[in-house]
Amino acid sequence: MKPFRYERARSEDGAVATLAATPGAKLLGGGTNLVDLMRLEVETPELLVDVTRLPYGRIDAADDGGLRIGAGVRNSDLAADRRVRTRFPVLSEALLAGASGQLRNLATTGGNLLQRTRCAYFQDVTKPCNKREPGSGCPAREGEHRNLAIIGHSEHCVATHPSDMAVALAALDALVHVVGPAGGRTIRLVDLHRLPGETPQRDTVLEPNELIVAVEVPPLAAAAHSTYRKVRERASFSFALVSVAVALDVSDGEVRDVRIAFGGLAHKPWRAHRAEEALQGSGATEKAFAKAADAELKHAQPLRDNAYKVELARNTLVRTLAELAP
Amino acid sequence: MPERAHVTLRINGEEHSLELDTRTSLLDLLREHLGLTGAKKGCDHGQCGACTVLLDGRRANACLALAVAHDGAEIVTIEGLAQNGSLHPLQAAFVEHDAFQCGYCTPGQIMSAAAVLREPWGPGDDDVREAMSGNICRCGAYPNIVAAIEEVSR
Repeated sequence: MKPFRYERARSEDGAVATLAATPGAKLLGGGTNLVDLMRLEVETPELLVDVTRLPYGRIDAADDGGLRIGAGVRNSDLAADRRVRTRFPVLSEALLAGASGQLRNLATTGGNLLQRTRCAYFQDVTKPCNKREPGSGCPAREGEHRNLAIIGHSEHCVATHPSDMAVALAALDALVHVVGPAGGRTIRLVDLHRLPGETPQRDTVLEPNELIVAVEVPPLAAAAHSTYRKVRERASFSFALVSVAVALDVSDGEVRDVRIAFGGLAHKPWRAHRAEEALQGSGATEKAFAKAADAELKHAQPLRDNAYKVELARNTLVRTLAELAP
Repeated sequence: MPERAHVTLRINGEEHSLELDTRTSLLDLLREHLGLTGAKKGCDHGQCGACTVLLDGRRANACLALAVAHDGAEIVTIEGLAQNGSLHPLQAAFVEHDAFQCGYCTPGQIMSAAAVLREPWGPGDDDVREAMSGNICRCGAYPNIVAAIEEVSR
């Protein structure tokens, strides 16, 4: 690990000012991904700005039934929150499907969103990687890509975003509140992460001097009837091959509202708008579910060794919708 | 140039003040600076759980925690689990159920299980296995580990 200076942020303004003044600075949350990447020398910050003691540790209920989740709320506390478990079960389930009990106790909401891909080439500094070292190439395209992207990738990068929590938040239309030198702004979670295009080194639309302060989950009636299903190579503590977050409101056999997001398929949580459109107002039947899944997945462009994900994603979505349907 | 910082921690009830390289993990602080070698270094990447300790009452991977970021924290390691000379019920249950073979993962397993007892998990085998999935046992003593934890959680 390269030497680094450590500074504990005393205030939001102070953290933003330090970030703006120090190009080699990085924010430190729980450190479960960043410290690991520093040990691998994938990340070599000159300064760590620890934001875990800023007042971002609360989950506040809004009057309208939504929640405002501080960026410092630990994953385990968010998963266990009674309001999350009853109003937004998909979020609690997604959190519990990620990492391990030990890691969830450290990992923060903001840090979870900003974790980096687990693509093996990205994490190995002896290999080329356009995300780590722009212009060096992407060996994953022709190499080991079984668990990488099938949709939205580019010739420069086929990495996937590893977060489970972000997939649930994408389905829930969450908003991300950010502060920077010019003040605050709000970004839709589905717009926070980017597709790789020609600049895969940028995971998100955030500027290097911006800080996530909270995630807002707006009220959503269908969310009380929601779930997260994750398919992986072992029963627990493993990243998703495919995952799906679904909220479904059916009455009189007809789909009134549906929200779908996939994980493990793309460089960002993949909100399945086409599948949602196909289902809106349709019958809640297995046939309709399959048609909706196909409407989304016909746009997939699998690589040599990951075409299995197309069918896996289709079956996972159909099964999850069928289980949620009354 | 290495950067140094001052850290004060309460470990197994005793206060320790140290001047450390900022890169020092909580695990290296325990093992290399204080001689508390109960917490083990398995993978050093948060994947095996052998380094599990209680950090402010909650289980955490000591290998991924920078000591400097936890100034003021209260740590309990396997060395601090027994009280007044008698084994913690989990320690006794691990012995009783032969819940280890080589023993390398055992301190992490026991510290993790000690926290699981206070977490909102169900009582079934599947719940225990899911709750403990961050602790790997290469000898494969899982059936006996699950039995030992269930005996104490009942």
